[in-house]
Amino acid sequence: MNTEAIKELVYKMADDLLILGHRNSEWTGFGPLLEEDIAFSSMAQDKVGQSWQMYKILHELGDSEPDTVAFMRNANQFHNAQFVELPNGEYDFSLIRHFLFDSAALLRYQMLTESSYTPLANLTKKIKGEAKYHSMHAKIWMKQLGSATEESIQRLQNALDEAMPYALGLFEPSPYEAHLIKDKIFAGEEALQILWQKEVESIIEETQLILPDWNSLIPALGGRNGQHTEHLQPLLDEMSEVFKVDPSADW
Amino acid sequence: MSNQLSATKIKSWLEVVKDPEIPVLSLNDLGVITSVHIDTNNKVTVEMTPTFAGCPAMDVMRSDVEDVLKEHGIEEFEVRISFDVQWNSNMISEKGRKALKSFGLAPPPQHDLIVDIDIIEHAQCPHCGSENTDMKTPFGPTLCRSMHYCNNCLNAFEQFKPI
Ligand SMILES: [Zn+2]
Repeated sequence: MNTEAIKELVYKMADDLLILGHRNSEWTGFGPLLEEDIAFSSMAQDKVGQSWQMYKILHELGDSEPDTVAFMRNANQFHNAQFVELPNGEYDFSLIRHFLFDSAALLRYQMLTESSYTPLANLTKKIKGEAKYHSMHAKIWMKQLGSATEESIQRLQNALDEAMPYALGLFEPSPYEAHLIKDKIFAGEEALQILWQKEVESIIEETQLILPDWNSLIPALGGRNGQHTEHLQPLLDEMSEVFKVDPSADW
Repeated sequence: MSNQLSATKIKSWLEVVKDPEIPVLSLNDLGVITSVHIDTNNKVTVEMTPTFAGCPAMDVMRSDVEDVLKEHGIEEFEVRISFDVQWNSNMISEKGRKALKSFGLAPPPQHDLIVDIDIIEHAQCPHCGSENTDMKTPFGPTLCRSMHYCNNCLNAFEQFKPI
């Protein structure tokens, strides 16, 4: 078993969930509808909870306690894709990100249920049920707003064009792809991306949105290596403020 | 300890531990106690599995289980939370489903582990029993509940989410 390869995989999944979970929670009190407000708060709680379970796996592999890992690292030690750290922007961008991210997350978990690394297989068997709700929620709204008024279609189209290069950063290959595939830990980012593109195409086809040409896009890479936009560090500072004042604060 | 200590007996003690969010539902009926094991030194190991990864009630449930073991004089025990067995809503017992209903919460529809939109939207009103209902949102006030409306008795109600 290649522990370094597993850690790299689990860290990036956990960090994506922790950061996007916190972005989701920023909608609390500001959603366009009370219903959406509750949905984003609820998904935030799911995502942060899921990230915690992944940090627990890392703890069992010898890393620090989940609290410490979540709140005591600096931006350059985070492995999330840049996509999840971008500010929420308008609801259009948040919805597009929700759709693109959660489709990828659900497919990733489905693949990992087959993992030879049992703790990860067991956890993803559980959280794929939760992720299904997130993905389904995004698809319902995409189909509704993506075929509603001219204005809503145009706004979603702009958000889609802006988001897509960042979304591709989710599939930035790790240095361990070959190990992960050979050891049947994970079938790899490339395989995941192929499934994801098909899924995205099938939903966008049911709307009046237009997908950019995949080959024309330049993925926003670097996040998996700790290279981030200027938006991550302020978010981390905010998250860890309470923790640094009182590390024993009850979460 | 008496030599009559058995897993069945310990499970029956745990009947008093309820889900803090749904106080009529015991952990046994919720299905989150996945195994009780007694080793040759009478050390008791209770395995639990979360309903949702982010369920904030899990730590309370664990310490309630520990308290019950202590009250019954168990000196050596461990309560483990793991995903070795993954919880799904079919694991709620028949007694648990009745308890949910009497609490005013629709029990989760049974499913074959593939939860799709049809299953999620289908809910039977716990007040009048009608199936003429609409789902308002799959995300309710707690992680495990969705919100619905009954077109027959015109009441809003919540359902324990199928998952
Ligand atoms: Zn009714």
